Amino acid sequence: MTRKRVHLAAHFPGVNNTTVWTDPRSGSQIDFASFAHLARTAERGKFDFFFLAEGLRLRELKGRVHDLDVVGRPESLSVLSALAAVTERLGLAATVNATFNEPYELARRLATLDHLSEGRAAWNVVTTSDAFTGENFRRGGYLDRSQRYERAEEFVRLARELWDSWRPGAVVNDPEAGRFVEEGAIGTVRHHGAHFTVEGRFTLPRGPQGHPVVIQAGDSDEGREFAAANADVIFTPHGRLEDGRRFYADVKRRLARYGREPHQLKIMPGATYALGDTEEEAAENAAAIRRQQVGPQTAIAFLEQVWGRDMSAYDPEGPLPEVEPDLSEGVSQGRVPLKDRAAVAAKWRALAEEKNLTIRELVIEVTGRQTFVGTPESVARQIDEHVRADAADGFILVPHLTPGGLDEFVDRVVPLLQERGAFRADYTGATLREHLELS
Amino acid sequence: MRLHLAVALDGAGWHPAAWRESPSDVFSARHWAALAAEAERGLLDFVTIEDALGLQSTAPDGDDDRTDQVRGRFDAVLLAARLAPLTRRIGLVPTATTTHTEPFHVAIGIATLDHVSGGRAGWRPRVSATASDARHFGRRRFPLDPDTHVRDLFAEAADAVEVARRLWDSWEDDAEIRDVATGRFIDRDKLHYIDFTGRFFSVKGPSITPRPPQGQPVVTALAHARLPYEFAASSADVVYVTPHSAEQAGAIVREIKELSGELKIFADLLVFLDDDADDAARRKGRLDELDGAELASDAAVFTGTPARLAEVLLEWRRAGIQGFRLRPGVVPHDLWQITRRLTAELRGHGAFRHEYEAGTLRGLLGLPRPASRYAEVS
Repeated sequence: MTRKRVHLAAHFPGVNNTTVWTDPRSGSQIDFASFAHLARTAERGKFDFFFLAEGLRLRELKGRVHDLDVVGRPESLSVLSALAAVTERLGLAATVNATFNEPYELARRLATLDHLSEGRAAWNVVTTSDAFTGENFRRGGYLDRSQRYERAEEFVRLARELWDSWRPGAVVNDPEAGRFVEEGAIGTVRHHGAHFTVEGRFTLPRGPQGHPVVIQAGDSDEGREFAAANADVIFTPHGRLEDGRRFYADVKRRLARYGREPHQLKIMPGATYALGDTEEEAAENAAAIRRQQVGPQTAIAFLEQVWGRDMSAYDPEGPLPEVEPDLSEGVSQGRVPLKDRAAVAAKWRALAEEKNLTIRELVIEVTGRQTFVGTPESVARQIDEHVRADAADGFILVPHLTPGGLDEFVDRVVPLLQERGAFRADYTGATLREHLELS
Repeated sequence: MRLHLAVALDGAGWHPAAWRESPSDVFSARHWAALAAEAERGLLDFVTIEDALGLQSTAPDGDDDRTDQVRGRFDAVLLAARLAPLTRRIGLVPTATTTHTEPFHVAIGIATLDHVSGGRAGWRPRVSATASDARHFGRRRFPLDPDTHVRDLFAEAADAVEVARRLWDSWEDDAEIRDVATGRFIDRDKLHYIDFTGRFFSVKGPSITPRPPQGQPVVTALAHARLPYEFAASSADVVYVTPHSAEQAGAIVREIKELSGELKIFADLLVFLDDDADDAARRKGRLDELDGAELASDAAVFTGTPARLAEVLLEWRRAGIQGFRLRPGVVPHDLWQITRRLTAELRGHGAFRHEYEAGTLRGLLGLPRPASRYAEVS
């Protein structure tokens, strides 16, 4: 049996507190130079793809735009198209909402990116039923939550019909014969479904990949089923070993139902990391990054989301106050709501008392510790082990700094992964499908 | 008296048989990169890129099943973004339809083009009036209202441009403060809801994309009649008109000046250029024959020498036309004639630049960078 290899992707630092802007090395989140630097670094590291998240409305807290985190991002497909000009092999993945787009137009934009990048386009399909985001769009937040995946499924199916509608080789470009396209090679799509009624011809020939790579990022039972049926890659939060193995087994098992082989769906958890020359130094670096990510004001803002009341009078470096949560209504918009705030508050209080934590220390404790902490050798080993233990097929790495946050990983960890035979020494294919070994 | 010069890029050129004399892969980035580089070498103000939400057709509505003409096009905003890192000074003006698209997505797409190009983005909004395009979306029955269909489409386009302009202004230039002492990345008092409510859609804002480098990317419109003139006057910075003579050019300029004193007026011309005027005419005739019909065009068709075209442009310039958007009959041939010969002729008359004098498209067009409408004057 061939050795199982790692797939790697680079997530452009996002607009939440994971991305540290107070560090002097923190650069622009919007200048093209930042995107180009990170993409070129990922390509230097022979990564499978570069990944952009999406947010179609600025997040709000207490009815006002959240001001503590990095904010402001480009339209994903446009910036990826520009990146196609400064990279040659790196896959280019955009998160694009199936709720606030129409299949004909989005399929066309994705096919355009696939042509313009010579086969490197990927689409991370997300859905939302959020009326708050809907206020920026024609049809508003009209979609019932239960219909989100139904719509997404029909959307993906229809997009693939459109991508398939020109026969392979339809464009012959033969001036002698006076034939630009083959007779009858541009098919007419007639789709009548519950969510879409689309009739007509597509405006682009089949792209280099046939179908751009489809990524899915939901974690619910419905989301997993959707991925098993439709996706090429699944982006999951399950980066820890045991958790990852359960998820991996569950999702791969579902594939058979759709006549698919395990290798046709790659499982890639999101992962953060902190490196150091020694294990101690790495742990110190990890703690320092966590303190940067959870500044005093951010600690209070986290607390307010759970407590549902103004906590700005409390000292973030002091103890958790006695005051009880106000459970009347949510204060946060544009991010995933906390499901059961009373239970979360009780858990946080117990933890703070047990470990004698300040507000800020508590928030650091309960929010995402780095997935991988250690020397380059140990991080390379951990990543390889996760993949060989079937906890993942690879990772989508989320650096905490723009634009240089991936540099050290590519310079120090990637060569060690290559030495172990766990990661490609160079690209062997041209398209993202080839990098991901999806065929 | 200098004039502005742009070229309109579409497929293998504007003659439907152009691809037969100049085989090139219009579905490759290389094709477009070469054209944009050539236009920039000629120091042109900008290139436009055509687009639509349906396949090209000679039929008024729906497919014509022809296999002897170029069929298929890229999304023009993405194509323009693909060209941005490969060029440094030339403006990039893609077409994007307002009829079936989300104004929010279009606005952030153009804003992103402005960011990735360092302030060289423009936009040509267009409407889609056909029932066949409407069936690609399946959301609306076309015509909207038989009596006011086209008027409604332009009203919607005007609303889409208004939304885009408000979104571009919705972040003030100095909204990002990175104030470590207070932990604030942005000053949220400098981010603004746009609260647009119209007949066709409403959009809350603010944008998710910081203010573009130009503040407001350049909005352009093609217009042949009163209704689109009014749209251009209310919504655009540049209008492309289609006179067929200097007299007509003068009349159109007077009509538009009454609607707006600030609009830059460009004339469109479809050109076949050769050193020998007879060669150009013969070339066009040969293409007409291949296509089985004489070239039909909304814009005037010019066949002749670059020197003669320069004289025509200067004559129209005296009638009040400030710039020209030339549609090359065949690329790269007619583009080269424009960038290498026509520009030299114009320079001989002191009517064209010797070097790029600005780093942004607004700068090249002599348009100032506007302050955000939401910024308080201190």
